Amino acid sequence: MSKLNTSSSELDLDRPNIEDYLPSGSIQEPHGELRLRDLLDLSPTLTEAAGAIVDDSFTRCFKSNPPEPWNWNIYLFPLWCLGVVVRYMFLFPLRVIVLTIGWIVFLSCYFPVHFLLKGHDKLRKRLERGLVELICSFFVASWTGVVKYHGPRPSMRPKQVFVANHTSMIDFIVLEQMTAFAVIMQKHPGWVGLLQSTILESLGCIWFNRSEAKDREIVARKLREHVHGADNNPLLIFPEGTCVNNHYTVMFKKGAFELGCTVCPIAIKYNKIFVDAFWNSRKQSFTTHLLQLMTSWAVVCDVWYLEPQNLKPGETPIEFAERVRDIISVRAGLKKVPWDGYLKYSRPSPKHRERKQQSFAESILRRLEEK
Amino acid sequence: MGNSSSMLTQYDIEEVQEHCNNTFSQQEIVSLYQRFCQLDRNGGGFISSDEFMTVPEFAVNPLSQRLLRMLDGLNFKEFVAFLSAFSSRASLQQKVEFIFKVYDSDGNGKVSFNDILDILRDLTGQFIAEHQREHVLTQVLEEAGYTKDSLLVPADFIKILSSSDLKMEVEVPVD
Repeated sequence: MSKLNTSSSELDLDRPNIEDYLPSGSIQEPHGELRLRDLLDLSPTLTEAAGAIVDDSFTRCFKSNPPEPWNWNIYLFPLWCLGVVVRYMFLFPLRVIVLTIGWIVFLSCYFPVHFLLKGHDKLRKRLERGLVELICSFFVASWTGVVKYHGPRPSMRPKQVFVANHTSMIDFIVLEQMTAFAVIMQKHPGWVGLLQSTILESLGCIWFNRSEAKDREIVARKLREHVHGADNNPLLIFPEGTCVNNHYTVMFKKGAFELGCTVCPIAIKYNKIFVDAFWNSRKQSFTTHLLQLMTSWAVVCDVWYLEPQNLKPGETPIEFAERVRDIISVRAGLKKVPWDGYLKYSRPSPKHRERKQQSFAESILRRLEEK
Repeated sequence: MGNSSSMLTQYDIEEVQEHCNNTFSQQEIVSLYQRFCQLDRNGGGFISSDEFMTVPEFAVNPLSQRLLRMLDGLNFKEFVAFLSAFSSRASLQQKVEFIFKVYDSDGNGKVSFNDILDILRDLTGQFIAEHQREHVLTQVLEEAGYTKDSLLVPADFIKILSSSDLKMEVEVPVD
């Protein structure tokens, strides 16, 4: 039996190894003399390939699920039509007004606070925090967010990070409404990017670009600095690194689990009764996603603040990440899949293919020797 | 983004079923069609190599490049026919013939020593040296009563492979 150990890429902070997450060695090895039919029989490899073509767990993670049609019934259909009229003609304009008022209030307070209170850092920070929470409440109100928070509210203390599963950028708004977290986020283009670089920056949020390797180091450094600062806002990380459709969890990046801090898991589960909160960033921009939410009846979701976890003695950061993923998945009722969410943006490394080739080559050579 | 399954009529489904010798049920075909549309992101009516490679489980397969050449530019009907060898209703002969087609890259109905060597190279990569690969293959061919210069036809494949229990089945998820 050959033990395949992963030696490379240990330095690479952000790229988990799929193999580390999979249970090892379950396929039974064929034995006996090597015959022609063993070489010609491609069925295992072909079956795997066809299986992946027909259905694969990775694509499932990012599939937006269409709502169950309930309205195709002669009695319900007029009601549904009435609903459409109410939602688009009445609710939507009302929500736009609410959001506009929110922005006016927010901006007219934020800028004076930001620029006039330069000398009083503590007070300024507290006010800014309050204001960001306020604007997020307006956002939540603009989709009639019905959010149930369970468990104790997050507290501000050093050496802790919060990690949550990620479905849409609105997770951030939902959580921010309660506590002004500093968050690690992908840089976005357009108006979201503008908000990021002006307002959210004051909370100590950290931005990065997924595709830039250099950014990773910088983020890792900033992360450490932020966590050890006493007066910083609590840090929130979405370790999946990408939006998943709230049915699955993909692998957690280990970065958040290597900081030597207490990890506080947060589980978020959306109820899809009115709208699917998954932001399929390939298919729609964030603005269309928001519009979709604003024209629905309501966004219903549950947020659980779970028990803080610490690295157990002898546990690797990856095992720790998996343990926390377990906790979140169980609470939110999500299925775990052994895939790296970044595969949405890049191809899997040739290492995975080589691993398959290696095990096949070894089985051939071994059986050859058995003669 | 409409409901794609509604675009298949009963006639379409029957036509596809006929094309794949009824190896898939109607529900399975509807399911496959949804999957086909999902993979065909740009809606061109076929799935491009790039689109296939977005499925990581497929991309890591050692034979993916070779299969891509067979899958390239297939429309839905041909796509289902391609997959029909993996149906539980397909006969052993159909399955073996599919394997033969994978080997027979130039499609001349004969598989040579080099064809087999090519596949073996895909499957083992850098982990067996080229001369060793040739040695292994020559030896195994001779033990089975062939030589390095033999050209194998489908009948040979059936003879060789039908004695082993070929497990080549893929379940189409039906909801």
